[in-house]
Amino acid sequence: MILVVDMNWKPESLGYYEFVMPILVVAEKLDNCAVKHYLEVSKKDLGRCNKVILSGTALRDKMFLSNSERFQWLKEMKKPVLGICAGMEIIGMVFEARLNQSLEIGMTAITSVKENPLFTEDFSAYSLHSIYVEASDWFEVLAQSTKCIQALKHKTKPIYGVLFHPEVRNQEIIKKFIEKIN
Amino acid sequence: MRLGVLFSGGKDSTLALQYASEKEEVACLITIISENKESYMFHTPNIDMSALQAEALALPRVTRCTKGKKEEELEDLEDAIAQATKQHRIEGVVTGAVESVYQTERVQRICNRLGLWCFNPLWKHDQKALLEELLEKGFRIIISGVFAYPLDETWLGKQIDTKMIDRLIELQMKYGLSPSGEGGEIETTVLDSPLFKKKIEILSSNVEYKGNAGVFTIEQARLVPK
Repeated sequence: MILVVDMNWKPESLGYYEFVMPILVVAEKLDNCAVKHYLEVSKKDLGRCNKVILSGTALRDKMFLSNSERFQWLKEMKKPVLGICAGMEIIGMVFEARLNQSLEIGMTAITSVKENPLFTEDFSAYSLHSIYVEASDWFEVLAQSTKCIQALKHKTKPIYGVLFHPEVRNQEIIKKFIEKIN
Repeated sequence: MRLGVLFSGGKDSTLALQYASEKEEVACLITIISENKESYMFHTPNIDMSALQAEALALPRVTRCTKGKKEEELEDLEDAIAQATKQHRIEGVVTGAVESVYQTERVQRICNRLGLWCFNPLWKHDQKALLEELLEKGFRIIISGVFAYPLDETWLGKQIDTKMIDRLIELQMKYGLSPSGEGGEIETTVLDSPLFKKKIEILSSNVEYKGNAGVFTIEQARLVPK
């Protein structure tokens, strides 16, 4: 079972349809999914699932960054996690990487810089972010744009972050995460 | 949160309005009336009906005319959204975008410049499921424009029903047509929805069709009790 974590500013928000449902459209074809808002994720939820996907949020929605204590479970997590946009930003914050400002909206050229199971070549992706995660000792950089890091992996855990939105373009990245990462 | 909905009177913006109303407060509709019938950004057939639709919805409407020149029309859209912000104190904008990155990234940029939230509640949803949802929710929608082979004049003015959805899915498989008209193959006009306090009755209309493209224009209509 895949736990899809709704990162929007409140449970059952208008952002759910835009940032959670498109992930479900891809993921539900491959596995059972359960959705929980980040304020409501329990140890039981994390114990029951095989993988976790953290959704994105609206461009102005930064509420999750004020609630980073709700994501401390990531430090103990041994199961695969994919953070999308806001999801990548919170992963960076929990592992004490610095966050910085960078606005990218629309199709963005992504350069793959390290071999990994999610993508192999350069590609174009849909971006919607104003914050990015800076390089840090905890992460290896997998991809970047001309402005910032676009994908990273925790050095010792199967925790991935992508700043672009693979549920919009490049849905195969979500499929590969579900099928290949253990 | 007070929201303005980018409203063309077609099925997608009316469904986006429905979603927005269920979660937040919709303060106004924002309608762009484009002179360019081939606009990449804005729906054109029966755009004049949006006045009657707004009345049926009992919502104020901010309108702006545009010549519809590429990119210049975005300045007109930005002006309209800025006016809605001033007049109706909106904090965010809602669109009916489903697939078009071209449309959504442009609205996202405008909202970012104006310090507004931007929501696209139909974004990347399954097109057949969206059509079925519209029927389940009781929307009454007619085809007001066809712009791709093999859609012909027999489609114009017809109400969307389950048979039509099946036919559109067949055409998707055979010709790669987008069943909800995401490629601009189809334009629609909503005559009734759960939020309409009255429904629209068409009194007179006109069909024009030429070279795989046609429009069903509502010439006269009125609101009647539901």
